[in-house]
Amino acid sequence: MPVKDLETQDMLLNMGPQHPSTHGVLRLMVRTDGELVSDVTPVIGYLHRCAEKIGENLRYEQYIPYTDRMDYLSAMSDNLAFALAVEKLMKIEIPERARHIRVIMAELNRIASHLLAFGTYGLDVGAFTPFLYAFREREMILNMFEYCSGARLTYNYVCVGGVIKDIDKKFAEMVNNFLSIFDQRLKDYNELLTYNQIFITRTKGLGVLPADLGVAWGISGPNLRASGVPWDIRKSEPYSGYEKFQFEMAVGKDGIGLLGDCWNRYWVRIEEMVESCRIIRQALDGLPAGKHKGDVKRGFKVPKGEAYTAIENPRGELGFYIVSDGTDTPTRVKVRAPSFCNLSILPEMSRGVLIADLVAILGSIDIVLGEIDR
Amino acid sequence: MATAASRYDWDRLGIIPRATPRQSDLMIVAGTVNAKMALVVRKLYEQMPEPRYVLAMGACTVGGGPYYKFGYSVVKGVDKVVPVDIYVPGCPPRPEALLDGIIKLQEKIRRATLARVDAPPPKDRVLSSALY
Repeated sequence: MPVKDLETQDMLLNMGPQHPSTHGVLRLMVRTDGELVSDVTPVIGYLHRCAEKIGENLRYEQYIPYTDRMDYLSAMSDNLAFALAVEKLMKIEIPERARHIRVIMAELNRIASHLLAFGTYGLDVGAFTPFLYAFREREMILNMFEYCSGARLTYNYVCVGGVIKDIDKKFAEMVNNFLSIFDQRLKDYNELLTYNQIFITRTKGLGVLPADLGVAWGISGPNLRASGVPWDIRKSEPYSGYEKFQFEMAVGKDGIGLLGDCWNRYWVRIEEMVESCRIIRQALDGLPAGKHKGDVKRGFKVPKGEAYTAIENPRGELGFYIVSDGTDTPTRVKVRAPSFCNLSILPEMSRGVLIADLVAILGSIDIVLGEIDR
Repeated sequence: MATAASRYDWDRLGIIPRATPRQSDLMIVAGTVNAKMALVVRKLYEQMPEPRYVLAMGACTVGGGPYYKFGYSVVKGVDKVVPVDIYVPGCPPRPEALLDGIIKLQEKIRRATLARVDAPPPKDRVLSSALY
């Protein structure tokens, strides 16, 4: 029988829900033609924890711990986004010192989150050592958070009106100590993985996301910037005093990698860590004296109305939309989760790639399942 | 994850992560288990060869945690789905707590005997819609 008359069939391959490369409980239904992926369908909902419904049942200050558990890798950002939305409704002024502390925490958390992304991306493409290096530095940041908030991952630190506890000299010392060694460590990472020829060959030109497609699908954060779109909420709609700090926006470019490919997405995260260090230095040096928390009483009531605030989470635009009916409990809490939108582009990006490359693409968009399923 | 990495390093306790349940003898249930996930957890447990152990890590898996009251989809404790040997509380537990749980499990295994014990063996629990 001639080869062309042989019957061929697509194979359905199931990845997950619990798979080492899915960063949580994500299930991928992969339709394969030989070694090539012809279609991917993400199946989500394995970590649905009713976060939005819970928001309708609890008081505003009681809800903040639940925002921690949405994006557990950058809990400070989630706290901050929710607090900003409530403050916008209440129209209250935040002490300058509290705003600075919030920026320091959010940026430290961004570094911690990107370190994890860097380390696990190494794992996904088959390099184990960067993971151990990244976690060594991440532990230093977690130590700082533990010192000021008492928790390693779920901080509940940013509250409506400011932050729950002031930072002190010892914390500043820890941060300075970290910043002084981190530049050298970043050079190590670059030698180890970023400019490693094997890594570049593995990720260059893989999973290219064109800029217009990214904008059309609502992609945000490092994934969009890697495609060459200079869009960062810290620059376009500054919140919490970001307009005062000098920092560059890392944007992907053709060069070692192609515009919008996996290498650029990875590289934008590395560059963002450098910029985060700059912001932390400025915020810590210019830390004003004063109170760390405004005058907000327990069980406060929020005026009737609705508000949406968006911040730049390590993964993109994180927004909270709150509807208030004038009581101490919100009527509706809607979360615009960046990972959810970023995951939606995966089927578009991974048509026609090899199965092994699918893992590399999925790792490069850096999703957190707690935030997708909520 | 930090438990596996540089500072805590669970390899030194003889823990080696495997990618498949068929090669494992300990399942660490590390996140909130909801109705959709419960079936999968049960299936994974049944795929594991005996002797098999389950470690419930975190407040959510131990008993629903902060989602106990309003979490309509959350199973109130993974022990409603699979028998649990060790409970590690915390949200999330510190790496030290997880390592302690593993050491406790190793002690439990060391104490295990073939002699008949007085207590009847726990009934195999079946997943039903009445769980959540």
